[in-house]
Amino acid sequence: MTSYHLDHLQYLETEAIHVMREVAAEFERPALLFSGGKDSICLLRLAEKAFRPSDIPMPFLNVDTGHHFPELNTFRDKRAAELGGKLIIRKVEDAIAAGIAHPSPGEISRNRLQIPTLLAALEEFRFDCAIGGARRDEEKARAKERFFSFRDAFGQWDPKNQRPEIWNLYNARVNPGENMRVFPLSNWTEMDVWEYIKREQLEVPTIYFSHQRQAVRRGGQWLPVSDILPPTPKEEVRELTVRVRTIGDIISTGLVESPATTVDDIIAEIAAARVTERGSRADDKASEAAMEDRKKQGYF
Amino acid sequence: MSATHPVELLRFNTCGSVDDGKSTLIGRLLYDTKSLMEDQIEALERSADITGGGQINLANLTDGLRAEREQGITIDVAYRYFATPRRKFIVADTPGHIQYTRNMVTGASTANLSVILVDARNGVIEQTRRHTCIAALLGIPHLVVAVNKMDLVGWSEERFLEIRDAIEGFLPKLDVAKDVKFVPISALTGENVVTPSDKTPWYQGPGLLSHLETVHIASDWNLTAFRMPVQWVNRPNNPTDHSLHDFRGLSGQVAGGIVKRGDKVMILPSGLKSTVQSIWTLDGELDEAFAPQSVTLCLADNVDVSRGDMIVGLENLPGMSTDLRARVCWMHQRALTKGGKYFLKHGTQTVQAMVTSIEGRIDIRTFEHEPAPAQLAMNDIGEIRVRTAKPIVFDGYGFNRLTGSFILIEQGTNHTVAAGMLFPPTEAVKPEYDDFAI
Repeated sequence: MTSYHLDHLQYLETEAIHVMREVAAEFERPALLFSGGKDSICLLRLAEKAFRPSDIPMPFLNVDTGHHFPELNTFRDKRAAELGGKLIIRKVEDAIAAGIAHPSPGEISRNRLQIPTLLAALEEFRFDCAIGGARRDEEKARAKERFFSFRDAFGQWDPKNQRPEIWNLYNARVNPGENMRVFPLSNWTEMDVWEYIKREQLEVPTIYFSHQRQAVRRGGQWLPVSDILPPTPKEEVRELTVRVRTIGDIISTGLVESPATTVDDIIAEIAAARVTERGSRADDKASEAAMEDRKKQGYF
Repeated sequence: MSATHPVELLRFNTCGSVDDGKSTLIGRLLYDTKSLMEDQIEALERSADITGGGQINLANLTDGLRAEREQGITIDVAYRYFATPRRKFIVADTPGHIQYTRNMVTGASTANLSVILVDARNGVIEQTRRHTCIAALLGIPHLVVAVNKMDLVGWSEERFLEIRDAIEGFLPKLDVAKDVKFVPISALTGENVVTPSDKTPWYQGPGLLSHLETVHIASDWNLTAFRMPVQWVNRPNNPTDHSLHDFRGLSGQVAGGIVKRGDKVMILPSGLKSTVQSIWTLDGELDEAFAPQSVTLCLADNVDVSRGDMIVGLENLPGMSTDLRARVCWMHQRALTKGGKYFLKHGTQTVQAMVTSIEGRIDIRTFEHEPAPAQLAMNDIGEIRVRTAKPIVFDGYGFNRLTGSFILIEQGTNHTVAAGMLFPPTEAVKPEYDDFAI
């Protein structure tokens, strides 16, 4: 190598590895949030890069809403096993049964109920840090969030009072009961994630690629028909060629009509895309401050 | 390395207020590079209907927090991303109001380049001087002064030159980057931002985006003196691979210079020497590593090394001391007074530290130096002396931004209260065990 210069993916990679190693070194009991989605798949590869040949020095944690795409959970379990990692799953259903999470009357979405479930899991295992795959380009409240995002004893984010983050000197100090959410992919864009998946030849769940699925039109999006989301008598069920661009719960994830069958196809599709990734998530459209409000309560 | 043409990353920050057209400029860059999506524009329109009397406000694109939208001000640094076929860009959008100096320091600390916005109608104002001063203090390698709203002054060359002269007049008082460019633009119309303007025949330079795409950033990292703060000692517990039984790696991000397999290195503060036996990565061993790569070094000798130590090359040795002098930006409401005790984080080391004196304060509007102030208040820039409980291995900030910087953390609350930039060491480290080399 004659040019001592990193390209943009190599730069993002070394930044993320540095962040992960800071977590391993500075926290007593960190966990890595792994859902099986594309962002957390990148996180796991970065963890390998940061810590091999040693074991990845933290367990994987997933909050299962009970509304996951089955393909996602299958992939999650398989990938965690391949890496020899310990996978901890905490279910929203169990949290409801235990009186930790309280659904409002008629509340179908599990989105809000993830929050108490996650906080209870952090408390149960006394995790002082959770690494997540959130990116700043996803949403404008996230655009303001730090790599090391401090949460008080109630798990709350205080956006007006964040610790300044200067150079690559991350302040990882927390008092007992407080914790940190750390986002190594903060500076990655959706395109960067797919380019990295391509460069690293990472396997992703099949639902990211084009497939046939039954869907109904609701709120301007195509939603997948499932047991949890049966069509109403008035709705017309259509068989479409679709893929998912971002994975949320099966009841709120909009399907994108797409012929993309390879990672290269997806990259080409994103390059030409005219809506953002989160444009297909009903949970974010609720209000302009939907994400900020959820994060203040302890969301990922 | 990918087979295709590598795409570089440029990080820059924009300084100015909404009145200078900062949000319009960022909106323009995002829009014209097709980085603005339909649902984002839709969301803008939705919020415009409610609060803006039907007018789309591009500032809503970057002002992501509820309080910001309510008060119509930017509170915190926002990060935005866009790309052209030549480069990818990370924009730190930093607020221009006086009370948020700390945010500009935050946004600028990782930037290759700063764009300072000046409203052509108002010319150089106090804020311009403040922004230029902070960019200079932070050692940002490239500076662009974007003289905006040129359409409102009839694209007057005279006005442009007046502003350029005023800024060039005070630059010598600052330790500013060697590379300063002045560009006449209109963020509103996009002229000289993305598309060239036919109204500035007197301006020969590149448009703003074209400059951002081509400015030479390859030498922004220090490649002359090898430094690697040890982050994490990598020792497999139960390696399935037998060859890894004795594996003991030192993981870290190269903070400066280049290291090659076979190089002699020194571990500081101990002064022990060894040889780099291998440079381990998941993708295979490397012959050499350079800043800012993250690697794992294996040394030929089983020397005592732990997190917080620094591995350095034998050429260009750093300084080492428990008595440090630095410029700091104070970032907390509780003012700094002499004798204050903090944690100091430098590289991968966190130590107890006491501020033994406040030697001066810099007025960032006049660049005057006030000796021995009683305290440093929030957003003050000052010069301090710090004593640390353990020796710090360091370089001057001007030589290496990573080994020349630190933060101070308040004990108990754990607030980050200061960003520090070290003065160069008075002498290089003198290793005790000079003959220990293998």
